[in-house]
Amino acid sequence: MNRYFWILGGFAALVALLAVGLGLNPREVPSPLVGKPAPAFTLNVLATPDKTLSPKDMQGKIWLLNVWASWCVSCRQEHPVLVEFSRKVDVPVIGLNYKEVRGDGGFDMNKMPADEEKKLAFQRANKWLADHGDPYKLTVMDLDGRVGIDYGVYGVPETYVIDKAGVIRMKHTGPITPEILGKKIMPLLAELNK
Amino acid sequence: MKFLALIFALFFASTVTFASSTTEAALAEDPVAEKRLQKLSEELRCLVCQNQTIADSNAELAQDLRREVRSMIKDGKSDKEIVDFMVTRYGDFVLYRPPVKGITLLLWGGPIALLLLGLFALQRYLRQRATRINEAKPLSADETSRAEALLKEINSK
Repeated sequence: MNRYFWILGGFAALVALLAVGLGLNPREVPSPLVGKPAPAFTLNVLATPDKTLSPKDMQGKIWLLNVWASWCVSCRQEHPVLVEFSRKVDVPVIGLNYKEVRGDGGFDMNKMPADEEKKLAFQRANKWLADHGDPYKLTVMDLDGRVGIDYGVYGVPETYVIDKAGVIRMKHTGPITPEILGKKIMPLLAELNK
Repeated sequence: MKFLALIFALFFASTVTFASSTTEAALAEDPVAEKRLQKLSEELRCLVCQNQTIADSNAELAQDLRREVRSMIKDGKSDKEIVDFMVTRYGDFVLYRPPVKGITLLLWGGPIALLLLGLFALQRYLRQRATRINEAKPLSADETSRAEALLKEINSK
C-alpha cells in the first residue's frame, strides 16, 4: 500500500510538471533587455526619408516600439489593435520596420543594389500603412535587420514598452491581442504614468 | 525492395545537394576564422527554429546571426565577447549549454537528483528483500508434503 502511494505520488508529480511545462509558450523567451536602456539606433524615418530618429529623441516620454513588416502575417492580425490604441491612448507608438525587402524571402538580395532595396522598402511600407491604417507616430526603417539584432528581435511582430528614462520595461513577442493590451500593457502604462 | 532503395538513394542525394548549395558563398577565405565561426555557431541557438543551432539552421535570423558572428571575428573580438554579445540581446536561451545558476538549477541538477533518488529507492528495495529472505521460515511438514505433491504432478505431465 505504502509503495503504491509513492509510485502514484511520483507519477502524479511528473504529470503535473509536464502539464505545466507543456502549457507554457516556448516562443516566449524572457528578454534580457527588460530593465535595460533601449539600445541606441539612428534610422531613417519612413515619412521623411531625409530625417532620422534615435531613441534619445523620445527621452522624457513613455512610448511603444512596435516591430513590423508588410510581409509579416501576424502583424496584420495585431494591426487593428494598434490602430485602435493609437486613437484612444495618448502614448506614441514608433514603428520599427524590420527587413521590409530582404525579410520577404521573395527577392534575390545578391542581385539587388542597395538603393533599389531602399526605394522598394519605403514604397512597400508606405503602401501597407495606406492600406491598413497608420497607428504610428513615426516609422523607422531597419533595412538589414541590424537594429533588430540589437533589440533581440526574432519573431515579428514584437513590441517594447519604453519609459521616460529610456529603459525597456516590457517586451512582448507575437501579435498584441486586446487581452494582452488590457491585462499587461495598459496597467504598465498606468503605473509608469504615475 | 530495390525500388525503395532507389527512392532512399535519390532522397539522400537530393538533401546533400540542397545542403551544399545553401552554405554561404564567402566560406573559407580564412580557414582559422571559418573554424571559429563554425564552432561558435554550434554553441548558439537559432531562436526561430528553437531546436537548431545557428550553424544548422537556414532561417533568416540564423543567417543574420552568422553574418554578425563573422564580422565580429573579423573585428578581432574574442569568443567570450561574441557570446556575451548574443546573450545580452537574446538571453541565456541563445546558448545551447546554458550556464549553471539559480534559474537553471533544476535543469542541471534534475537528472542527478533523479539518479540519486533511483539509487536510494533501489537500495531500500534490495535491503527489504534481503531481510524478507533472511526472515523466511522453513516450510512446515504439511507445506512440504503439499509442495512435493505439486511438483510430482508437474513432473508426471
